[in-house]
Order: sequence, then structure tokens, then C-alpha cells
Amino acid sequence: MAKMTLEELRKLRNSQKGEMERRDVEGKETHIIVGMGTCGIAAGAKDALDGFLDAIKANDLNDVVVKQTGCMGLCYSEPTVEVKVPGMPDIIYGNVNAAVAKEIVEKHIMHKQMVQDHIQDKPAGDIIK
Amino acid sequence: MAVKNYILVCGGTACESAKGDDIYKSLLKEAEAQGVADDVQIVKTGCFGFCEKGPIVKVLPEQAFYVEVVPEDAKEIIAETVIKGRIVERIQYQPEKGAKGEAFDIDNIEFYQKQYRIVLRNCGLIDPGKIDEYIARDGYAALEKCLFDMKPDDIINELKVSGLRGRGGAGFPTWMKWNFTKQVEADQKYIVCNADEGDPGAYMDRSTLEGDPHSVIEAMMIAGICVGADYGAIYIRAEYPLAIERLEVAMQQARDYGLLGKDILGSGFNFDLEVRLGAGAFVCGEETALLASLEGNRGMPIPKPPFPAVSGLFKEPTVINNVETYANIPAIINKGGEWFSKIGTEGSKGTKVFALTGKIKNSGLVEVPMGTTLREIVFDIGGGISSGKKFKAAQTGGPSGGMITEENLDLPIDFDSLTSIGSMMGSGGLIVMDEDDCIVDVAKFYLDFSVEESCGKCAPCRIGTKKLYEYLDKISKGKGELDDLQKMKDIGAAMKKAALCGLGQTAPNPILSSIDNFYEEYRQHIEDGKCAAGKCKDLVRYEIIADKCIGCTVCARKCPVNCIEGERKKPHIIDQDKCIKCGACYDGCKFDAIIVS
Ligand SMILES: Cc1cc2nc3c(=O)[nH]c(=O)nc-3n(C[C@H](O)[C@H](O)[C@H](O)COP(=O)(O)O)c2cc1C
Ligand code: SF4
Ligand code: SF4
Ligand code: SF4
Ligand code: FES
Repeated sequence: MAKMTLEELRKLRNSQKGEMERRDVEGKETHIIVGMGTCGIAAGAKDALDGFLDAIKANDLNDVVVKQTGCMGLCYSEPTVEVKVPGMPDIIYGNVNAAVAKEIVEKHIMHKQMVQDHIQDKPAGDIIK
Repeated sequence: MAVKNYILVCGGTACESAKGDDIYKSLLKEAEAQGVADDVQIVKTGCFGFCEKGPIVKVLPEQAFYVEVVPEDAKEIIAETVIKGRIVERIQYQPEKGAKGEAFDIDNIEFYQKQYRIVLRNCGLIDPGKIDEYIARDGYAALEKCLFDMKPDDIINELKVSGLRGRGGAGFPTWMKWNFTKQVEADQKYIVCNADEGDPGAYMDRSTLEGDPHSVIEAMMIAGICVGADYGAIYIRAEYPLAIERLEVAMQQARDYGLLGKDILGSGFNFDLEVRLGAGAFVCGEETALLASLEGNRGMPIPKPPFPAVSGLFKEPTVINNVETYANIPAIINKGGEWFSKIGTEGSKGTKVFALTGKIKNSGLVEVPMGTTLREIVFDIGGGISSGKKFKAAQTGGPSGGMITEENLDLPIDFDSLTSIGSMMGSGGLIVMDEDDCIVDVAKFYLDFSVEESCGKCAPCRIGTKKLYEYLDKISKGKGELDDLQKMKDIGAAMKKAALCGLGQTAPNPILSSIDNFYEEYRQHIEDGKCAAGKCKDLVRYEIIADKCIGCTVCARKCPVNCIEGERKKPHIIDQDKCIKCGACYDGCKFDAIIVS
């Protein structure tokens, strides 16, 4: 994209915000957000990421977006992953390896059943919302 | 089948022993009995970090947060919360009000949470590799404001109202720094970000840069607008490759959008940035040494004044701030200084990010309002001591800080309270120690670090750190004298006065803060030749009690130096002269036949 003007920046922000809200309201897409800070990667976040991608492919799922983010702060339970499925509360899973990733896809995402023992608490509310 | 509710039962080890499993089973039974088994899924989770009040049961989407739950509560939880959607007030957590400021109580955060994320507002939420996600979360909106709606004096004023103090350690008011630089007439001014982060155990700045690089870039631009600078540098240690990569990507994306470069958003303001790598010397985190290193010289501190704000990089006026200080600024501009000033304590506003490490169950990054107590951080957020043993002390401020004892667990933490008890905020490392840690050994570790990292320019620090280390070493070998304690105090006091930079001035803190609080422990080392924690190797003896030893030979096979002798089924013996005190035999013996003394 070329250099932006003030108007274009504002427009971009609004459209991006709108995008997010629409996602929350209409809720078609599932999001898998993998914490990929130094601590997450050291703990095996890349394997978890591959585990998700493989399971999504194997089960032929559409509408699932896999993304990366920084550290969620839960270093004791890295790799950490947030899963947002429409109609379900957003959930953070800790200690996710490739096998757990597969389980999350097959239970949580495909059958709306949360996976035992790996759920962590969200550390804080959002000041921007 | 449509699941409507989810019940989360904490299944961490602490609560498990406190009946998490029974609660789980009774909830299952009740759901069945009340005919809603298909509407609700009951799951066991990891530890919520709140074990003090455990077991915890959370019901979603109602956001019920039940504490100290017993299996008998299951009936009511199902009948009220799941079926009728009502909160059971009796067991619902009620947060106590502390010293943490108004906003913390009134803001619409999830009420039970002790954390409040300003610096880490985007960490773990956005993709740091995508500028659009940052923009969607009000990114670069503060820049817009500063370019088009605010004058430089308005920016200064907003920071002043906010009460923001530097997060790099010393806690200097940020608005004053910016104001100094703003007021100096100069053709060239610079904006520098201190991302050197040298404290052992600290990684807050790394995580911030990895998770939200744009927040720091945006803040540096705001500093540029405010003081009249068009160039900035981020000084970061080379050991942080991921943070460096994310910064480079972020800068490039900002340039592509025209948010960095010439005539930004058509305002006529120019600003660009570069990332500069440091070799990881601790002293290069000191601002004058950092600037020397940026100029291509050896990183050694110089006496202040003049302060960098007036004469900094290449002798030009330079704003130098810490990563976390910068990361606060876009939020302050967007939400107002007034908002920020309502969080925290009288003298320290906002939040502080800590890297919780050591003997803590839930190690990690936490961001809490200033004024939160150490007890809340360690026990309510951190889940308590990992070993289940007793809390002994916590070290803030790394090698420059002091040890906080149990007595001060309920002290609201801020810049001034920590200084008043002989520690300091430092950059935010928080290392928790339990009974297995030896105070002399810990102090020795930090002094060893300071000896290594002292740049050697001034005598009080160069000689002082070495002397202090030697005394501690002597004590740890059982060769100390009680007089040595006073001598260490005297040397420490002299260093505080005479050392040129903060490294030397604060290096004695680990000793000075522990010598009185843990006098008995120092005395034991000196007079009884004993290290109760078993950490000072020269004072430890491993011995096999003949009566208990069944001669299984495990220890002899584990010993790395083969100094355990004995026939099968007969008591074994350790050759004390050869023993290197590694403890392998002790850990290996299943019959408690080996003792440490
Ligand atoms: C030995 C020593 C090491 C320091 N290391 C750091 C560091 O790693 N990061 C940092 O931001 N400040 C560090 N400081 C503090 C800086 O000198 C300076 O106060 C800080 O960068 C100012 O930024 P602030 O006002 O935003 O806190 C160090 C100071 C000393 C004396
Ligand atoms: S106090 Fe230590 S680190 Fe600082 S200038 Fe003196 S010798 Fe160097
Ligand atoms: S491991 Fe314990 S019981 Fe076995 S030989 Fe060694 S001291 Fe004896
Ligand atoms: S402490 Fe280590 S070196 Fe000493 S006897 Fe035991 S295993 Fe061998
Ligand atoms: S184990 Fe339940 S909150 Fe920690």
C-alpha cells in the first residue's frame, strides 16, 4: 500500500474494527490464536501450530483461521493458545502440543466440547474494548 | 445437543488436593439428577493461580466465579446458575479494595481479576506481524491526535497529569524528561529506546516488543513530535532475535503505510527509526553508557549532569526511555492522563509488569496496578510457592534490588515503598525464594554478577563489588567472622555514595537488605558453620545412616565421582574427601538413609 493520508488511516481503522465486530456478531469464523513469543516457541508453539494445521486439513474444515500472537503471560503453561468458536466462550488452552491441538480441533471446534485439563484463565480484561 | 453452559473446575495440584476432583464429580452427578446433563459441559482446567481461595469454579457464559467451593455446593450451582442463570452470591468472589486506585475498582474489567493490562494491552491479542491488527485496536490514533489536535505542550501536560514515571528502574517523571529536551534549542534531537534489559530473570521488555512492537514505535514518534526530533534508535540486545525481527517487520510496515518517513499523514512531520544491537553488557543499560555505545564507543557511564535530556547522543538533546515507559504512552494519549492517574498509588501511577520467576507455581508475566501487594502477586496470581514450602523472600530489581521478606508481603508495592525497604522497583524482575534458597548464596550470586558486569571505570565499584563478593565467599565457606557483616555494611554505604553510576551505587543492595532481616542465617554460616538450606556446598555434608541403609547400591551408581563404597545389602559409606556435594545420592536414595547436614 502506498503512503496513507489521515483519512485513509481512519478509514482503515474503522473497516478493521468493523471487521472484528462483524466477526463477533455474525460469528462464522473460528479463530485459533497461538502465542508465539520466545517462551512459547521454546516450549514448542511451532509443533502446536503444525498440529492445528494438520488436524484442520485432515478434517477438511473451512472457516477456521489460525493466527499467531505474542506472549499471553502464562509462561508456566506454554505453549498457550486461544480458541474462539462462535457461540462458545473464548477459551485459553495451556500446554498445547500437537496431540492436544488435534484434540482441540476434533472436540472443541468440531463438537463444541471443551478439552479437559488444559484450560487456563484469561489473565486480564481488555482496556480497549 | 446444544451445550449452553460450561462449568470450569480448577484441577491444578493445589486445588486437586483441596477436593477439585470431588467437586467435578458432584457437579456431574447433579447435572444428571436435575436433568441438564446435555445442556452443560463440565471441564477440569489448569490452575487459575488463585489457589489461596481454591477450589475455584467458573461458570460460562454467566461469568460466575466461585471460590472455596465444596462438593455440597454443586446442587445450588446447577439449580441456580445453570438452570436459572443466577449467580450464587454466597460463594461468589468479592474483591477486596486495596491501595490500587479508583479506576481499578470502577473500570469494567472482569471484577475478580487482579491484573490490569495497559502495557500488555495487545500482547497475546493481536498478531504482532500485522500492522492492521494494531491499527484496529486504536493503533496510531494517539499519533493522529498528537499530529493534528495537540500541541507539544499539551502532550507534556497530558503526561504530567498522568503521573507516568520511567519504568527502567529509577522512576523519573517522564514529562519532566521530555520537557527538558523540548526546551533546549538544538538543530538535531534524538529519541532513544532502552531495550537492553540486562537484569537476570527479567524479560518484560522482550515480551512487549515481541507482542506489540508498534506501541513502542508509536510512542517514540509521539516523543519526536513533542520535543522536535526526527530520528530515533532502539537499543536492544542481540540475544533477542525474535524481538528484533518483529521490530524490523513492524518498522517496515509502518514505512510502507507512510507512518514512518517523510511528511507523515500529510502533516509535514518527519520521523524515522533504526534498531541498534547491543552486545549484552549489563552496564550498557545505564543511559550514558548506552549512548556511548550507540556512538560506537565503549559502553562506559559518564558522570551526570549534563543529563542526556540536555546533552545526550552526539551531545545533542536526547529523550531516552525504557520500553515499558513508551508502551504506556499511546494509551495515555488515547484515554487521557486523568484516566491513567486514577490507577495506582499516590506517588506511582499506572501499572507495572513483572516477570515472575523462581519458586513460583505460575511463573509468567503479570501486569498489576501499582499498589498491589506482593502477597497478591505471589499467592493470588502466581498460585503460591511451587514446592509447597514456605515463602522466604522475593527479590525485585535484580542485582540492584533487595530482598523483600515475609513481613513486607502486605506492603502495597510502588516505587517509593520498595525504596523505603531497601529494595527498588528495577525493571520488573521478581524472583521468589523458598526455604530451600540460602540468602548468603543468593547474595553471592548477585555480587558475582556485579563483579562481572562492573565496567571498572571507578574504584568504589570495581574494588567494592570484589571485596563484598570475597566476604560473602568467605562466609559461604564457613570462614567468615561476625565482624565481616559490619565491614560489608561499611563498604556498601561507601559505594552508595561514591560510585559513579547506578550499577555500583546499587550493587550492595542484595546484601544490605538481607543482612539485618536474615541476620540469624548469616550468623549460622559464620558461627555454626551451617547452611540450613544446603546450598553453600562447603558447609554441607552428605552422610549415610548405617541403620537405615539397606545396601541397595543406588547411591553408589548415581555418584558421579564414585566416592560411595559398600557391598550389596550392607550399609554404604561416603568418602567425604572425594565427595563434591552434588546431592545425587541424596535424591536417589529411596530409603531416606542419606542425610544432609
Ligand atoms: C547498571 C544499570 C543498568 C540499567 N539497565 C537498564 C535496562 O536494561 N533497561 C532500562 O530501560 N533501563 C536501564 N537502566 C536505567 C537507565 O539508566 C535509565 O534510567 C532508563 O533507561 C530511563 O528510562 P525511563 O525513564 O523510561 O525509566 C539501567 C541503569 C543502570 C545504572
Ligand atoms: S559504578 Fe561500576 S559500572 Fe558504574 S562506572 Fe563505576 S565501575 Fe563502571
Ligand atoms: S541408596 Fe540409600 S539405601 Fe541404597 S545403598 Fe545408598 S544409602 Fe543405602
Ligand atoms: S553428594 Fe554427590 S559426590 Fe557426594 S557422595 Fe553423593 S553422589 Fe557422590
Ligand atoms: S489449583 Fe486451583 S486455582 Fe490453583
